[in-house]
Amino acid sequence: MENLLLIALSAIFVNNFVLFRFLGLCPFFGVSKKTSSALGMGGAVIFVMTCASALTWPIYTYLLVPRGLQFMRTVVFILVIAAFVQLIEMVIRKHARELYEALGIYLPLITTNCAVLGVALLNVEEQYHFLGSVVNGFAGGVGFTLALLLMSGIRERLELAEVPRSFRDLPIAFISAALLAFAFMAFSGLGVW
Amino acid sequence: MSRYTELTKGIFKCNPLFYLVLGLCPTLAVSTRVDNALGMSLGVLFVLIGSNTLVSLVRRWIPAEVRIPCFIVVTASLVTVVDLLMQGYAPDLYARLGIYVPLIVVNCIILGRVEAFASKKPVLDSLLDAVGMGTGFMLGITAIAICRELLGGGQLVLLGLTIVPAFTKSPALVMVLAPGAFLTLGTIMALSNYRKLRRG
Repeated sequence: MENLLLIALSAIFVNNFVLFRFLGLCPFFGVSKKTSSALGMGGAVIFVMTCASALTWPIYTYLLVPRGLQFMRTVVFILVIAAFVQLIEMVIRKHARELYEALGIYLPLITTNCAVLGVALLNVEEQYHFLGSVVNGFAGGVGFTLALLLMSGIRERLELAEVPRSFRDLPIAFISAALLAFAFMAFSGLGVW
Repeated sequence: MSRYTELTKGIFKCNPLFYLVLGLCPTLAVSTRVDNALGMSLGVLFVLIGSNTLVSLVRRWIPAEVRIPCFIVVTASLVTVVDLLMQGYAPDLYARLGIYVPLIVVNCIILGRVEAFASKKPVLDSLLDAVGMGTGFMLGITAIAICRELLGGGQLVLLGLTIVPAFTKSPALVMVLAPGAFLTLGTIMALSNYRKLRRG
């Protein structure tokens, strides 16, 4: 139990997926202009990362390892994730219209979000057990959402600020991300690593 | 567009890093040292050339509805090749790059070029496009890595050769940590914007 808490805290704050591991940067800069869309993207990522961890762990442990096929992990993981995302999209389009309208446009983007494949690979690398992997996936998603929300808040304020012309839009977003990463570095003092 | 421009557009005009802003994750994660940056970009170059050429060869037989999964399978197989080769012949580099080697699969430069270019164009054009884009990526990531290694490490070492010897006892360590990556890329982008604005 304590162990799971450590995994969660570490994935959210200390080794934040975006600001420490540099995973999922494309949506981090692409969808962080408005808080509402940041929330939608964050929700979709939390869901997919949790499910991807829960799906890939048994496949790796019970299918690939006994047959000595660990080197196929990249191909298998990305296919599982792509198929899963496609399936979810079809299911919620049919059964949950409102949810689809809120998350729909973000789902296809998630297949190529490196945070999702990244968490599946990290679970294998860190040799987490099943529950640990699921918690790591969920907490990783929460960390991603946290960073995305903070960033969208900053960028909404930046819209009104007077930024030097050559820094406008993306460059200033990168500088803000650097300051955010500075702030998150303070969490490494938590010592839960 | 002539064959020559297919090759050169990726290097300067449409540089995948600074202009198209693709493939950010590996760029920021492994650009702490020039060695890592070169290793990473060689891997990306190989996968990019392979996937662009292969997809362009079979583009007539891929049904439009399932094209993305097909592209992903091609890319993932090539990445597995890189993964195994690097593990076998450059284990040190492999250990330093870690999970960012298998993550080449989801590098948006590769899927982006395959989808936007190779799935519609003949083989030779696709090959040239891949070489150009791969080289552009290599130049971009190496530029970032040079800044970060010089400022954050206080020296520049390439393949075991010291290019710039240690010039300070207390380098700005933060440049090789996470914030330094964002700071460097932001500043380089701002500089390139500044140049464009000056030109009018």
